[in-house]
Amino acid sequence: MGLESEIPVLTTTVEKMVQWARRSSIWPVTFGLACCAIEMMAMSCSRYDVARFGAEVFRGSPRQSDLMIVAGRLSRKMAPALRRIYDQMPEPKWVISMGACASIGGVFDNYALVQGVDQIVPVDVFVPGCPPRPESLIYGIVQLQRKIDQQKLA
Amino acid sequence: MDAAALIASLQDAVPGVQFESVPSVDLQTTIYVPADAVVATVRALRDRSDLAFTLLAELTAVDFWPTEPRFEVVYILVSPTNRLRLRLKVRLHAESARIATLTGLWPAANWLEREVWDLFGIVFEGHPDPRRLLMPEDWDGFPLRKDYPVQIRKTPITNEPLQVTAEQFRENVERDRLTRS
Amino acid sequence: MPDIRTETMTVNMGPQHPSTHGVLRLVLELDGETVRSCAPTIGYLHTGIEKTCEQKKWQQVIPLVERMDYLSAQSNSMAFCLSVERLLGLEVPERVTNIRLLIAELQRINSHLVWLGTHGMEVGAVSVMLYCFRERELLLNINEMLAGFRLFPSYMRVGGLREDLPRGFHAAVTAFLDRFGPKLDEYEDLLTANEIYLKRTQGVGVISKEDALACSLVGPIARAAGVDYDVRKYFPYLGYDTYEFAVPTETAGDVYARYKVRVAEMRESAKICRQAMKRIPPTGAYAVDDPRITPPPKDRVYTEMEALIQHFLIYSQGFTVPRGEAYVPVEGPRGEQGYYIVSDGTNRPWRVKSRAPSLLACQALERLIVGGLIADVIAVIGSIDVVMGDVDR
Repeated sequence: MGLESEIPVLTTTVEKMVQWARRSSIWPVTFGLACCAIEMMAMSCSRYDVARFGAEVFRGSPRQSDLMIVAGRLSRKMAPALRRIYDQMPEPKWVISMGACASIGGVFDNYALVQGVDQIVPVDVFVPGCPPRPESLIYGIVQLQRKIDQQKLA
Repeated sequence: MDAAALIASLQDAVPGVQFESVPSVDLQTTIYVPADAVVATVRALRDRSDLAFTLLAELTAVDFWPTEPRFEVVYILVSPTNRLRLRLKVRLHAESARIATLTGLWPAANWLEREVWDLFGIVFEGHPDPRRLLMPEDWDGFPLRKDYPVQIRKTPITNEPLQVTAEQFRENVERDRLTRS
Repeated sequence: MPDIRTETMTVNMGPQHPSTHGVLRLVLELDGETVRSCAPTIGYLHTGIEKTCEQKKWQQVIPLVERMDYLSAQSNSMAFCLSVERLLGLEVPERVTNIRLLIAELQRINSHLVWLGTHGMEVGAVSVMLYCFRERELLLNINEMLAGFRLFPSYMRVGGLREDLPRGFHAAVTAFLDRFGPKLDEYEDLLTANEIYLKRTQGVGVISKEDALACSLVGPIARAAGVDYDVRKYFPYLGYDTYEFAVPTETAGDVYARYKVRVAEMRESAKICRQAMKRIPPTGAYAVDDPRITPPPKDRVYTEMEALIQHFLIYSQGFTVPRGEAYVPVEGPRGEQGYYIVSDGTNRPWRVKSRAPSLLACQALERLIVGGLIADVIAVIGSIDVVMGDVDR
């Protein structure tokens, strides 16, 4: 960015502007499945305020959101619904897999759970924990913001 | 009320049925009932005023494979008025895993029996809605049986109605991969 | 004038929905705004916990059962420990009993705060959610002090507790209780006499006393309908019969009655907590003194051979539980819950079945919703306080 002295003008590239806009207002779709959803709600409340990072508006509809935080254990019965919600989100979209159960199946290695959400949707950031502390999830969102900063437009 | 008094009261209400009591370490008196007498016994338990077991707390099953009789259906009944708890058990063999339904007595038994059917494969005769409850509708097998594996390796089914051709789908996947740098 | 079509419209309130408290699917048949029929579908969170429990040793089951009903986690683990201890025939020290009671009541307050926050938010009072979660953070701090983890401390063990109470525990709990009473009054100010809230909740989702008993509903839902059943009074455990507390009941059976019952329960829980605090000395016994079950303290493990062997045996093969079955009911935040366990004499459970109050509440949802408006569906689902982890297990 070039700063002309005495003239209040900032120059930058379109790519940086778009990246800044995208990363500063990532709006998640409500996809809380189980216990991790409670920590996700705690993250959006006043102590760990995620509104500072721009992600406080949890949209109910996937068609108006950019981010899907898969918070909780994904059972085989729920898998088609997850894929359908993911497909309904418009580009650009990102997925954070929150918690051990979403990342790898967690403590439950059995017949009922999908062992990792990345078998169904492409995941950008994995946040480990059972459930992860709200600070961990915020760190995951910050990492996602850094990833978005590196994504090219074309 | 100990098991002997309870059985005496029940013999009075449902004559001709063999009840068997076993010692129990917790609050519940435990008695075994033959499978064909369950509905009559439970109705007597609910309707007689000295018993008044009006709350069906639990309806579940246990699989004792490979010993026979394989299944045991367990009912836990509570009498708030008389402060009593009872555990009724029914032994079922593997090839005759059928028992009458209790939905006529308690609407609550509807989903509880559906769950036992779903996870164990025990048929409840007369049930108004014998479908799976917890597993997907097209699931094969009864997961909580002892001869069903704990871990299975199966790709998750995410059937989406495919409205693109195979070529277009491959192109979509390629393009998706390229934009995610 | 064109013909007006009058057939009903089927709407899917799908597993992903902001207000269904998890993954509950309702297929509603609507006639205008009135609900004609409702078919709930569950199982979208089925985790097979009961089958996984059969593969673990007895102490390893505790983190698994905590995650069933994730809002009353420590009630779950306490119920499981009580059942196993009944089979083992263990007598835990009185201090442990009192600490367990305190933690169970704090967990009840915790769960009701989440209920109040989410219910308020769904009905429209968004600030209530922020306030309730703020109070809850203090409770989670206490959990963190106990065992290092906010939601699932796994602090209860078969035979007692994991370790002794930390320093500063009494001060933290007393500070919370002192702060909680006036704050709860503030939150009640927001809702109890609020005309909008009254209009949205009075007369909505009514269930009668007979229906509640026929549907096996227990807990605040049944108590709001007039069924005065509380396991703490009817079948006392952990010494509840030596504490002074009341069990609030209402007769209206609607959403507003359930709200009043739960808020009153929070106040009673705070009262019980204060009484329990007086009975707990800051240090003392924290587990039963049985070498098969309780591991020795770490300083002895590092210096004495017998303690090392005992520690090794406990953590490698665990203890065995005699053959038999047990079910000890406890009063969780949602009603009577407990774990029916069957043991075959080995160091792993044969069957663990959780009595899920939320499953029966979900089943009764149809009765509560049919005939009402679609806007009331949200209020009713919020008021029955289902936790899908408990429904689907």
